[in-house]
Amino acid sequence: MTLPNAEKLVEILKNKINEIIDDKTVLIGVQRGGELILQRILPGLKDTVATGSIDTSFYRDDFSSRGLKVKNKPSKIDTEINDKHIILIDDVFSTGRTVRAAMNEIFDYGRPAKITLAVLIDRNEQELPIAPQIYIEKISLSKNQHLELGLDENKKFIFQLKDSHV
Amino acid sequence: MFNPQLNSKGNLNHLLSIEGLSKEKIIQILDTAESFLKIGERDVKKVPILRGKTVCNVFFENSTRTRTTFEIAAKRLSADVINLNVATSSQSKGETILDTINNLIAMNADVFVVRHSSSGAAHFIATHVKPNIHIINAGDGNHSHPTQGLLDAFTIRKYKTNFNKLKVAIVGDILHSRVARSNIHALNILGVPEIRVIAPKTLLPYEIEKLGVHVFHDIDKGLKDADVIMMLRIQNERMDGVMLPSQEEYFKTYGLNQTRLDLAKKDAIVMHPGPMNRGVEIDSAVADSDQSVILPQVTFGIAVRMAVMAILAGQHS
Repeated sequence: MTLPNAEKLVEILKNKINEIIDDKTVLIGVQRGGELILQRILPGLKDTVATGSIDTSFYRDDFSSRGLKVKNKPSKIDTEINDKHIILIDDVFSTGRTVRAAMNEIFDYGRPAKITLAVLIDRNEQELPIAPQIYIEKISLSKNQHLELGLDENKKFIFQLKDSHV
Repeated sequence: MFNPQLNSKGNLNHLLSIEGLSKEKIIQILDTAESFLKIGERDVKKVPILRGKTVCNVFFENSTRTRTTFEIAAKRLSADVINLNVATSSQSKGETILDTINNLIAMNADVFVVRHSSSGAAHFIATHVKPNIHIINAGDGNHSHPTQGLLDAFTIRKYKTNFNKLKVAIVGDILHSRVARSNIHALNILGVPEIRVIAPKTLLPYEIEKLGVHVFHDIDKGLKDADVIMMLRIQNERMDGVMLPSQEEYFKTYGLNQTRLDLAKKDAIVMHPGPMNRGVEIDSAVADSDQSVILPQVTFGIAVRMAVMAILAGQHS
């Protein structure tokens, strides 16, 4: 199958986020794809907004079967999030489990007024009552295919499809 | 070679000593600890990863500091913690180590943090427990104190970034120090090119050179151009006149004062595993100076112990 043009989707996502940000917004990227998107769109936003990044390793629900594998940088939310509108950014939404873990972690930093989930692709595999408010495309893939955002040699976004190692 | 620390998949199942760990394993622990360090800086200093697990601190030998940092580490991972001071309980009634441990396993404990005055105690327990039980050596006799070795490596990496150009000097009672042994092994594995040990002959083990260290009896020579100075505690019971004449005499010949510290590199860091004896192995002013990283070591120790517990508890055979 042909994968969508990642650069184009990131551009559309940026425009959608631009429509909803204000002085109460905190943008948080889920590592690693969401964080990549956040760093790319940040210079093109109409206002300067507070940011953070999150690595969900310590909040995952599959620790007892998968163990601890920390591959990303530590979570970093240095800004106040109480009563703020958090826009949580990720590359691909599938089951909702990563988002659940990310939300649990966010609540250990404070009590946001609202959380909006913004992703490039919704894989239609929801397992929890969690869904993205902003997505650019819906794609159906087989369960053992792992889709993630990466950068090519020219630092352009591309989607990579791998057979899942789990 | 059979390495009881690793499971059949080659993953870390127990932490018994630094020997037998690969550089990759050590780096993995240090990187994971880096993430846990951030947790300690938050308002909510807790993550749910070991929720429902039970960590049992079994101390056959007293140690308030090590036990406390393991306890804080386990609690920040959301584990339940039981502290057992065996030095004052069932052992004095004649129970064997294995019976003590098996009783705790029967209470469904998952991770055991063990300190014992006999070298090899943690190793012995690890080879006799069921596969899903994890043992962490928190100090066994003169042999090993692996989490101290890891937290010291973590501290050095924090301040010096790279290991491969460093001169590290370890000063004091090398003979009785499991900390020194664990550190020498860790620094060798991590590629530190020059490890020096500085001590009087009475406090050096026989053939210590075989561990790849340079031996100095004169502290002034040994500290020259050092990047890292690790001071060891002089235990009062060594001051009986056989190994050392007196505290004053030791401080005069081997104590770290500012004049001696100035022989090392300008940006050298001073470390100590604690508890320190001011005026015996280290001058008070040096212990409190800008070059001292003794208190950060304590903070880092919690993050490193969180990393070790979380990595072990995630392993299944």
